[in-house]
Amino acid sequence: MLTPSNIDALQTALGSDLLLFLPELVVAGGVVFLLLCRLVKALDRSHLGGVAVAVLGVALLVAVVGVREAAGSAAVSTPYFAGMLISDPFSAFVRTLLLAAALLTVLLTLLTGIPDRDDSGDFYALLLGGTLGMMLMTAANHLMLVFIAVEMASLPSYALAGFLKGRRQGSEAALKYVVFGAGASGVMLYGISLLAGTFGTGYLPNLASAVAARMGAAGGFDPLLLTGLTLVFVGLGFKLAAVPFHFWCPDVFEGAAAEVAGFLSVASKAAAVALTARLLLTLQAAGSTMGASPASPWLLPGTVGLGVGIAGAVTVTFGNLAAFGQTNLKRLLAYSTIAHAGYMLLGVAVLTPAAASAVLYYLVAYLLMNLGAFAVVALVRNATGAEDLAAYRGLVWRSPVLAVTMALFLFSLLGFPPLAGFAGKFQVFAAVYDAGKGASGAGRPDLGTAFYALFAVGAVNTAISAYYYLRVVRAMILDAPGSTVSSPKSGAVDPVPVSPDLGPANSGPATPYAASVYLTVLAALLVAAGVVWNPITAATDRAAAAFVPAVRVPGPNAGGAAQR
Amino acid sequence: MPETDLLWMSLLVFLPAGFAAGLLLFPSRWVEAMRWWALFGTAGTLSVSLCVLVGYYNMLDRQQDRSGRPLHSVHTRLDARADQAASDAARDVPRYLADDWVARRPWIDRFDVDFALGVDGISLPLAVLTALVTFLAVVASWKIDRSVRGYLALVLLLETGVLGAFLALDFFLFYVFYEVMLLPMYVLIGLWGGGRRRYAALKFVLYTLLGSVGLLVALIGLYSANVRDFVDQDEVKTKATMLQKATPGLTAEEALTRVEVHTFDFVTLSKVGRAVMLVLNGQADRLAVKPKTTARDEPTGADGKQVQLLSPGVDRAAAIDRLRAQAVCTKEFQYLMFVLLFAGFAVKVPIVPLHSWLPDAHVEAPTPISMILAGVLLKLGGYGLIRVAFPVCPWAANELAWWVGLIGVIGIVYGAFVAMGQTDFKKLLAYSSVSHMGFVVLGLAAWSAGSGSKYWEWGVSGALFQMVAHGITASALFFIVGVVYDRAHHRDLNKFGGLYEPMPLYSGLSAVLFFASMGLPGLCGFFGEFTVFMAAWSYSPALAVPAVLSVILTAGYLLWAWQRVYFGTNPGTKTFPDLSPREAAVLIPFALLAIALGVWPNLVMSWMEPSVGGWVANMAALKP
Repeated sequence: MLTPSNIDALQTALGSDLLLFLPELVVAGGVVFLLLCRLVKALDRSHLGGVAVAVLGVALLVAVVGVREAAGSAAVSTPYFAGMLISDPFSAFVRTLLLAAALLTVLLTLLTGIPDRDDSGDFYALLLGGTLGMMLMTAANHLMLVFIAVEMASLPSYALAGFLKGRRQGSEAALKYVVFGAGASGVMLYGISLLAGTFGTGYLPNLASAVAARMGAAGGFDPLLLTGLTLVFVGLGFKLAAVPFHFWCPDVFEGAAAEVAGFLSVASKAAAVALTARLLLTLQAAGSTMGASPASPWLLPGTVGLGVGIAGAVTVTFGNLAAFGQTNLKRLLAYSTIAHAGYMLLGVAVLTPAAASAVLYYLVAYLLMNLGAFAVVALVRNATGAEDLAAYRGLVWRSPVLAVTMALFLFSLLGFPPLAGFAGKFQVFAAVYDAGKGASGAGRPDLGTAFYALFAVGAVNTAISAYYYLRVVRAMILDAPGSTVSSPKSGAVDPVPVSPDLGPANSGPATPYAASVYLTVLAALLVAAGVVWNPITAATDRAAAAFVPAVRVPGPNAGGAAQR
Repeated sequence: MPETDLLWMSLLVFLPAGFAAGLLLFPSRWVEAMRWWALFGTAGTLSVSLCVLVGYYNMLDRQQDRSGRPLHSVHTRLDARADQAASDAARDVPRYLADDWVARRPWIDRFDVDFALGVDGISLPLAVLTALVTFLAVVASWKIDRSVRGYLALVLLLETGVLGAFLALDFFLFYVFYEVMLLPMYVLIGLWGGGRRRYAALKFVLYTLLGSVGLLVALIGLYSANVRDFVDQDEVKTKATMLQKATPGLTAEEALTRVEVHTFDFVTLSKVGRAVMLVLNGQADRLAVKPKTTARDEPTGADGKQVQLLSPGVDRAAAIDRLRAQAVCTKEFQYLMFVLLFAGFAVKVPIVPLHSWLPDAHVEAPTPISMILAGVLLKLGGYGLIRVAFPVCPWAANELAWWVGLIGVIGIVYGAFVAMGQTDFKKLLAYSSVSHMGFVVLGLAAWSAGSGSKYWEWGVSGALFQMVAHGITASALFFIVGVVYDRAHHRDLNKFGGLYEPMPLYSGLSAVLFFASMGLPGLCGFFGEFTVFMAAWSYSPALAVPAVLSVILTAGYLLWAWQRVYFGTNPGTKTFPDLSPREAAVLIPFALLAIALGVWPNLVMSWMEPSVGGWVANMAALKP
């Protein structure tokens, strides 16, 4: 209800609210600018990648400075825009991560020459638009905004997936993506309206308390609540490509350009994981503070958490098993992406801040390694025109940098120390184990056993995933170059020949050099993040502290946090 | 200002990696320069390892035990040094010129992981062996001419991984190094190996990876134990103050009761394991608190019955209650952890039935890699059993000791029988490795106590000595195969023969190493096997008899192979040239060491035994 005093309050808040929203504003401004560029002839003719880099760079800078400030000011959570959005260390962290992912993607597109000059404006406008939606997903504090943000992230993704004009596969992928996405968001909207209708609010903190109260009263779920939550998670499961809502993922990744697939797999997933974690942990924080009985902190992990965990376990197992038979690299990586979503869901499922922190670390590692892997796929595609495993045979002889960095990315995905992927995986596993221990210690041995089982599933999956990652490594390093590959004429000497029609400036050997630098930097960061944990864990801990309940209860988080 | 011992040990671990990085700067045409560079790097590492050895020996020699013997002071044992270092660290005592050969620096705060390195008589012989074998393997690698840069860089990286694993005192750090060496090995076998190299490389990685997933689970499981009563109490107090600061509304007392300490430190985890063994055996009354003063006397209590594991200043009753309440103090947990650790290391040893990767990997790997694989990598499995599996889960180890010994004996006999049936020279040696490493397992398993603990000490030191001896003989024998393969281009035992005539020097050196491997007295293979037999006999004659009888098998297959390769006349081998100087430079050190260690085992035993004695004393005291 807008009374004059309300409006006054809104106006006074507006200044500070806009400041919190600055990175998003920069990105939004970038989208508008890129669209307007179409109207100016000179700009329309030039490649607009530089603009996108500048926009994202500025946004990233603003976001990082914001993070610094948040770190200084005791990490407060500030709802803004009338509570629609929330600014807390968690959203700030994931926002930074998303901007970094977008920036790295744009840099990659500059190296690989997709999109070409004519389409660059549209491409980068879509990319920035999608990024904006994902940033909103991480900060959404109201069910309505959750829906809007998910849609805002999804719609540009649909277009991006089909961006390679004239490719049947790309169009098919986009169409499949749209159909699936529309269905999923319809279901999610239904769930949201059920929840909002039942509790009379969509504001997450209020909703969480109401849900906690209702669950506490009923001692569990009633059908209405169960349906509402499940339907919301269906929508999120689609974004996460969690089994059984994963069918779009391999097809879309295969059809879309590798750069786009990399962006979708990293940024879109990061945003979805963050949103899922926020929903669940907000519920958990409300539930554990409300509860009078000692069992109440375990009510949510024992129900919703367990459900998410089982979904995660199924997802990780399915993703790994399905990846076994793939010969197309993008499809293989798509299934690996599904598996990694499963690992992250395992971490989210136990609903402890320690696990949330671990998942954030996982996201950092995942950003570097998955984007790196897709970058190599894109560069190999440029050089050979092929994306199947045969094109990678003997890659190490043609282009040592590509092969060695790809091996590092894959080993990191597999979880080999001392790479960042291991650091993430280790922390997630340790958090799950810790939660199992906490549950057993707090009189819920059944739940503890269930968490231990999740932990075991994760560990076993790590071992079996070795097979398909090693298959790629084997093709790259151990196999002799295959005859099926349309190998470039000067392949033996020239590290990464770029086919001239795709190169942005037709700059010949300069591009491979830049690409080598790009990949080397990614790989070096991957090693660094695997060896030097302290700064990153400090940041993730601070981010996850947003969900520590205000009043300390010796609940599920006691084990993880009490030792420090 | 870093400690000097930390500098030395870090240098030892990272010097090869540094030289590997240096290789990247060479222009790709300077192949010969790269070889010399790598040789220089491994020689440097060997020198550093010897410097560390001298430093360690000095440290041992400076202190005397109660009866005035040098080298045997309890205060030079690894756990005593580690405890002292930990309490110094908690009190912020400056240690610029420390020479206790234990060093730790915080690495990952979130999980209390330390970058902890340390040496004792158990790890140091194997570290020196690693440096030596890698050095000689690089000498043996001169004939490798396919992408030399990558090859040498991977060998050096492998050396860093192995040395790091031997020197690590922190389970997490150990695990990282343990995994780091897997990838270079995969590529080295897969890229420079023989015909079925890709299959062999994949098999090697999958087996090892399955083992290390077991280790990873155990790693996380053991980390969950609350070790607050086993670490320095000042550290607990510091943590309590931090917790109190972090949590508003918590009194100092509450914080102190609530604080939990978790660690990956081997020494601390072992203390927990030993305490758990006492509790599970119903002997919690023997669990005692260490006296506060750092008294210069033997640490066992007045009546010899007390086992002082709890840190000074701990409330004994409360500590035992806390321990009992933990999951770590259950039989299921101990069994599970021991089985995971044992299986993880058994893959590496390798123990039958997890050994089937080894023959494939050996046969396909190039000669120098086979040398490293047999000489060094297998030792990591045995080392893991000694350093991790047994001390961390002593209760389960004791319960299952007989079965572990049985597995060892099965490995000895099975390996010997299968070796007898081989016609491929390398496969024969691979199975002889399986057989010889079985002695290591048997020696460790010969767990007896009280008056028999002397025998067990023999068993463990025999196992360690056997590892060193096998490292020397197996590396040398694989090189011997490589030499003849370079000339004959096959490894079929039935097609050799008559090598003695054209290659007398080669045959003479081979004879020394063959007989050393067979366990002939006066050569290095004898001492280890003999002491293991002694221990096994006193532990269980049922296990000892087949192991002793297997000596006949060992002699059988080695002599038979010797006969087929060297005796007789063979027109096909008449023209083979004798050893080149480079080849002789590899074999002669091995042969000399084999003789030296056989004639004078004290060369290693004198500084190895005190550590083994301490290890056994810690464990044997747990039995009533």
